[in-house]
Amino acid sequence: MDFFNDELHNDLLEMYRDFAEKSVKPLAAELDKEERFPRETIEQMAEMNMMGIPFPEEYEGAGVDTLSYIQAVEEISKVCASTGVALSAHTSLCAWPIYQFGTEEQKKKYLPDLCSGRKIGAFGLTEPSAGTDAAMQKTQAEDKGDHWLLNGSKCFITNAGEASTYVIFAMTDKSQGNRGISAFIVESDFPGFSVGKHEEKMGIRGSATAELIFQDCIVPKENLLGDLNKGFKIAMMTLDGGRIGIAAQALGIAEGAIDVTVKYVQEREQFGRRISQFQNTQFELAQMRANTEAAKLLVYQAACAKDAGKPYSHLAAMAKLNASRNASDVTRRCLQLYGGYGYTRDYPIERMMRDAKITEIYEGTSEVQMMVISGWMGVK
Amino acid sequence: MEAKTKDLWVFIETNEDGSPKKVGLELLNPGRKLADKQGGKLVAVVIGNNVAVSVEEAGKFGADQVIVVEGPEYEKYTTDAYAIALVHLCEKYAPTTVMVGATNVGRDLAPRVTARIGTGLTADCTSIDIDEESGNVAWTRPAFGGNLMATILCPDHRPQFGTVRPGVFKKPAETENKAEVIREEFHVAPEQIRTKLIDVIREAAEELVDLEGAEIIVSGGRGVGGPEGFAPVKELADALGGVVGASRAAVDAGWISHSHQVGQTGKTVGPKLYIACGISGAIQHMAGMSGSDTIVAINKDPDANIFSIADYGIVGDLFKVLPVLTAEVKKIKG
Amino acid sequence: MNILVCIKQVPDTTEIKIDPVKNTLIRDGVPSILNPFDGYALEAAARLKDKDPDTKIVVITMGPPQANAVLKEALGIAADKAYLLTGRAFGGSDTLATSYIISQAIKKVEETEGKFDAIFCGKQAIDGDTAQVGPEIAEHLGLPQVTYGLVCEKTEDGKGLRVTQEGDDGKPIIEVGFPCLVTFTKPNFDPRYPTIKRKLAANKAQIPVIGDTVEEFPDMDRSRIGLMGSPTHVKRSFVPERKKGGIIISEETVEDSAVKLAALLSDAHII
Repeated sequence: MDFFNDELHNDLLEMYRDFAEKSVKPLAAELDKEERFPRETIEQMAEMNMMGIPFPEEYEGAGVDTLSYIQAVEEISKVCASTGVALSAHTSLCAWPIYQFGTEEQKKKYLPDLCSGRKIGAFGLTEPSAGTDAAMQKTQAEDKGDHWLLNGSKCFITNAGEASTYVIFAMTDKSQGNRGISAFIVESDFPGFSVGKHEEKMGIRGSATAELIFQDCIVPKENLLGDLNKGFKIAMMTLDGGRIGIAAQALGIAEGAIDVTVKYVQEREQFGRRISQFQNTQFELAQMRANTEAAKLLVYQAACAKDAGKPYSHLAAMAKLNASRNASDVTRRCLQLYGGYGYTRDYPIERMMRDAKITEIYEGTSEVQMMVISGWMGVK
Repeated sequence: MEAKTKDLWVFIETNEDGSPKKVGLELLNPGRKLADKQGGKLVAVVIGNNVAVSVEEAGKFGADQVIVVEGPEYEKYTTDAYAIALVHLCEKYAPTTVMVGATNVGRDLAPRVTARIGTGLTADCTSIDIDEESGNVAWTRPAFGGNLMATILCPDHRPQFGTVRPGVFKKPAETENKAEVIREEFHVAPEQIRTKLIDVIREAAEELVDLEGAEIIVSGGRGVGGPEGFAPVKELADALGGVVGASRAAVDAGWISHSHQVGQTGKTVGPKLYIACGISGAIQHMAGMSGSDTIVAINKDPDANIFSIADYGIVGDLFKVLPVLTAEVKKIKG
Repeated sequence: MNILVCIKQVPDTTEIKIDPVKNTLIRDGVPSILNPFDGYALEAAARLKDKDPDTKIVVITMGPPQANAVLKEALGIAADKAYLLTGRAFGGSDTLATSYIISQAIKKVEETEGKFDAIFCGKQAIDGDTAQVGPEIAEHLGLPQVTYGLVCEKTEDGKGLRVTQEGDDGKPIIEVGFPCLVTFTKPNFDPRYPTIKRKLAANKAQIPVIGDTVEEFPDMDRSRIGLMGSPTHVKRSFVPERKKGGIIISEETVEDSAVKLAALLSDAHII
């Protein structure tokens, strides 16, 4: 699709941009400073139908597509990466696997609340000793006949504590390793579920990141998501989609950094000239813009492949690898153009630099993305 | 309508106690010059209840004649009663020009009246003269948020109507003049008044800001950074005996109430001293304060527009400048 | 309730810049937006609809075909139906002629949509800033008016509106019976955003166009529209002159500059 000239997408894009500028941007510095989750912004997004952009209207989704959804993440992340990831984790990592792998009953039960934004969603795979090596799951789900009993913990969970609906992975057959993991839909008020320590992070400090604890947590039988012992595949496929969201977040961060820097270099004077008049400034920004535009094409390409039902795992990995590296690179170079002021909290660029780093780490590190890409290339 | 006279009317809006609003008296100043050029009388029109003070003041400030319509139905402003009365007067006396203060009341009344008469109205004028060529009033007003000025004529319809912003003209000098008073017995039946005033919410004392009447205004803009940033602004204003103003950016950000706003969509002010702190000088803001006698600008950005109209400027952090300035002012004022 | 909201597409005057050499307005690249005050009027209607979902909100704009964009925007936010009023014969109209045309169009729209209980307008458009069209429409239609509305609600008997007004001093609360016209200014809250679902529907919506032909308006007095029907004429327009800058005080430190400033103001007997 010609994603730059589609009237519907551009129209929605303008709406996301207007919302981001007017309602998200004014909160960004405060969320970062106070490590506060933007609950009020989520409520506004819910009213605007932004919490279920790619899902059908029968589940109270907006009935648009992945491209429009990642454009929302991008526009919001331009001004606040914390708010961007809240939307991304909710949509890609919770609503999507339920939509994709859930039974009709599960979809009817959970999706309307998620897509309408009445409830927030989250995803729990990572454990203290199972990060990139996700197969090392220690959380166990025991079949108790009429229910599942979950024991264990998850860490670094985005939206933890804020979410009411969690897609949780646990071992159902320890002997089988990867092939013994299953997925479950866990509600925050299930007995035995609790939220543990909140992480104090370098960046995306407005995003809620915490530990989840399952202590004899009772999960109804019907809350098994997908087939028994097929959880690892569900997790990997979910992360393929999630990566497009994170790539869009990274893209937004880079674009946002360039936007504020272009403005700053035209205001700031040194040696009697605006610093935008120095060729170093011009070339730096030109390179950054070109690289960011390239990242954008990769991100949009991955989203369009997903919408078209084509294979997108490798495209998502390429998009995330490039966009996240670019976000770190661009924010660092932009801060350099700001000089000393950029290092202070009076300007947003230091926050953007801190926010950018995580995009190279979560939902698969850059190294994992390279494994996915090289595997797809047949370089084994 | 055809004009039967060459008279120029100034509508004197009154307060509930019957005293005149300042803008009405201000308009007697340009009114005098225009009436002389037109070769007609300067007539003040007062509608209200117990408006003796307004009638007297209109005379003192230069009206040749005052037309008064009094009655309990005019005590509180209603569009219907005032429009019916003013249309009646216009039809009976047929002046050539009518000027009304561009207050919320004036801007409610004037279009209603002109639409009924079928004549032209120019809103929110900032200067008024006679067009040499045609002899019509040349009404000049800002448009496009103050970016453009337009001079408007109303050649074939009478009376030619305009509303004029408060604070644009200074009150004329007070004289011993006593105007000829014409009492017009004219009443509006209750059923003709279709709106009902239930109550008036008065803002808390600190919220009431008389920007238009202030001699000194200290204003804050985006540069104050937040609601708490207005504290040093207010301290300086207090030390100077002035009031606090604000730019649209600060008001829109919710840092201070709209009643403080100076500019195209706020109040037009003309104080002796205007101190702009952290205000970049968007054209919309300048449209509202460029008539100040002395302008001081304090801004971090040396390229801020505000410096282009400032008499004195300091390039620097307002949070460093204001406390020192406040302390100095206190010293000077002893 | 049946509410009509009159809206206008305007250039975003905050984006207009002055060409420093030619001293003219640079209007290229200035985005066209929904007049913000009309947005407040639409929000007021939407809030009435929140309370009473049976409320119908119709929007109308007069302008070139591109003005469809603001109608779609209004549909995306809260409007149920939109009408575009457009025609060459309407060009050159001042506020009086414009308000006459709109009042005629309102009568025509009422043939389809039924009588409106209330007509809402923004207090003024940010390009013209006249605040005249609302009251003039009210006069042409013989309706009572309340201008400078901040918020409104239905009166207890449901037969009118109770409007909180931005007064010159204080906030009058005014009751007015249906049908009436209310103009709105900026309240102390932000108007709602559009929703994706409404936007998708708006994109598909067919917007009826009302033209300027005699067939459309058999009763319209042609001498009251366009340039010929306008009592006021623009004699000239110009970019205002700027006062030249004064003294920049730049002592050793900004604190020293502040001391100097106080001295200068005192010497000049300003303070």
